[in-house]
Amino acid sequence: MNFEKVVFGFFIVLAATLNFGFFIGDIDRPELHHIYELFAAIIVNLIATVLKFGDRTQIGAIHLATSLVADLQLIAAASVWAFAVHVSGEGMTPATTASVVSLSGGALLANIVSLAILVAETVMMRR
Amino acid sequence: MHPGSAFFIVLRRMRAPLILLIVVYAVSILGLTLIPGADAEGKPAPPMSFLHAFYFVSYTATTIGFGEIPQAFSEAQRMWVTAIIYATVIVWTYAILTILALFSDRAFQQALSAGRFKRRVQRLAEPFYIVCGCGETGGRVLAALDKMDARAVAIDLDENRLAELELEDFRSETPALAGDAAQTQNLFAAGLMHRFCRGILALTNDDQANLAIAAHARLLRPQLPAILRVEHDAIAQRMTAFGATQTINPFANFARLLALAIHAPALYRLHDWLTGTPGTILVATRDPPAGRWIVCGYGRFGHSLVAELQREGMEIALIDQHPLEAPGFTAVVGSGVEPEVLTAAGVASADGLVAATDDDLTNLSIAVAARALNPGLFIVLRQNQQSRAELFAALQPEMIMAPAEIVAHAALARLTTPLLPDFLRAAEARGDDWAWALQSRLRMELGSAVPLCWQLSIDDNVATAIVTLIAEGREVVLSALLRNPSDRSQRLSCVALALRRDEADMLMPEADTSLMIGDQILFVGTAAARAEQELIARNRNVLHYLLTGREETGWLWRAMTRKWSKQPVEHLGQQQ
Repeated sequence: MNFEKVVFGFFIVLAATLNFGFFIGDIDRPELHHIYELFAAIIVNLIATVLKFGDRTQIGAIHLATSLVADLQLIAAASVWAFAVHVSGEGMTPATTASVVSLSGGALLANIVSLAILVAETVMMRR
Repeated sequence: MHPGSAFFIVLRRMRAPLILLIVVYAVSILGLTLIPGADAEGKPAPPMSFLHAFYFVSYTATTIGFGEIPQAFSEAQRMWVTAIIYATVIVWTYAILTILALFSDRAFQQALSAGRFKRRVQRLAEPFYIVCGCGETGGRVLAALDKMDARAVAIDLDENRLAELELEDFRSETPALAGDAAQTQNLFAAGLMHRFCRGILALTNDDQANLAIAAHARLLRPQLPAILRVEHDAIAQRMTAFGATQTINPFANFARLLALAIHAPALYRLHDWLTGTPGTILVATRDPPAGRWIVCGYGRFGHSLVAELQREGMEIALIDQHPLEAPGFTAVVGSGVEPEVLTAAGVASADGLVAATDDDLTNLSIAVAARALNPGLFIVLRQNQQSRAELFAALQPEMIMAPAEIVAHAALARLTTPLLPDFLRAAEARGDDWAWALQSRLRMELGSAVPLCWQLSIDDNVATAIVTLIAEGREVVLSALLRNPSDRSQRLSCVALALRRDEADMLMPEADTSLMIGDQILFVGTAAARAEQELIARNRNVLHYLLTGREETGWLWRAMTRKWSKQPVEHLGQQQ
């Protein structure tokens, strides 16, 4: 058993689950999308990205790419939230909530790709 | 260390500090979004939002510190922020220190320079040679290549040597890699598979490494000329097994020359004169005598010498540190510095002495001691280090054997004039009188300074005009390349020594030889003559004038006068 792989897998899966948790629910109802869950998803995604640094295999490069995409999507979602709540002052209207959640949905797709790569890699190892 | 891995090293090393940084930020921000604040009257207020928390942690962690923004903190927040300050600043410092340590890390530096080297080699867009080993020999070869405006790529184990190379005032930049030239990836990085690579020279002082380079060249680029330095016969045989034809053994080379100088002085002088450094005047020394020889030091050089001297029928006495099993020789144990040892070896009645140990100072002291006992002795000194040249010259021995110089000269000759070594070998078969006559003639025509040897290939590289004329069915004779472009009745100061056609060599080709595409001609002469000759070979008008005695103009005129232009050329006279 490779401990590094365990940690790596843990963060990949956790990133995807947190992301899913934030995303699930009616897209325009802010009470169904807790902002703390978005925060946790961002932090775990960032850690997962850093864990992929310095892997020189082809599969490692794809991992890093999908992870960076998820980061971008989540940070965009957080920025939309911060702008709506603090800068424009309109708060979490259904429209804003929808755009925040749909951005996190994009990140979820990238995280699902990450999961698929992880599973494929594990199956390929056969040990 | 794989070239191009610098970026990956940075990423890998930064993993731990970055993850720690993310975790500490996350905990700090989370705390601030949970701990209630206080309004202006000190009443409890809702905690910070994520944006404010992130903003506050960002300027606090980087020690910028704007104060308590957006409003004064509650006591609970202050407690938490105190913890934040320590945690974040420590983590930031850790991350920055990791980056700094990385940049001063040797492995990282090497990875960086290896990456740079690889990129520079890939960008080369002109022919170049790979020189492995930049010691005494490689350094000379690099300097000579630079003088000839040929590009080179250098690999050496020792970074200090490469640093010395950088200080040399080369005209073109030479990409250099600190690494083991026997490693496949280093040879790839140096451009072994590059389409502009014109040859590889293995000049390291490690025969095993040179053998590895030979194997790479033979298996990966079979057509690439590989010139290999080798000092052990066993390794030389293995190189030959790899199909290497261009091995240079400085000891065997010199021993062969010494033997040549004993039995055929004129041939030796011709050899010396043609392979010397162009422009130098050779000092006349006496010829090595036949008779009794003393060899001090029975190592690789000693063995080569003894084999050659024996073939010449010399009587040999050996002096060595270790008791020798050498039947048929007088063998004395000692270093050769002690007068009693030299006397025991018969120095008083000897004709020649070779100080052949691998230690320069020992060789010098042997020479001094032997001179004192027998002033008329012909002394051959082995000089291992270039830095001792002044000492050796001051002693005024009859011959100096510097392995580095021998290898460098031989390697350059094979690169630039591959016909020359073959010409000299063929000359040995012609005998001493022939060599004597040839050298007298050459000195009459070219002066006594060491001339320049060069090769001209009749192909599209240089001899474009000649190729065009031959392709048009015109006859181009060799004498056209020996006349002065501004006045065809005058000769250029150069002589054709050999002509190679279909693997067969013609020694001293006649002036009326018709040239064919693919011919390679070896010339000897002055640098000015070489430049004129290049003009002749490139410029069809000049070539036409030299062949026919008439100027050639445009194609219309050419077409009109074609039927009269087939005029015979009067001969320049026989070359021999």
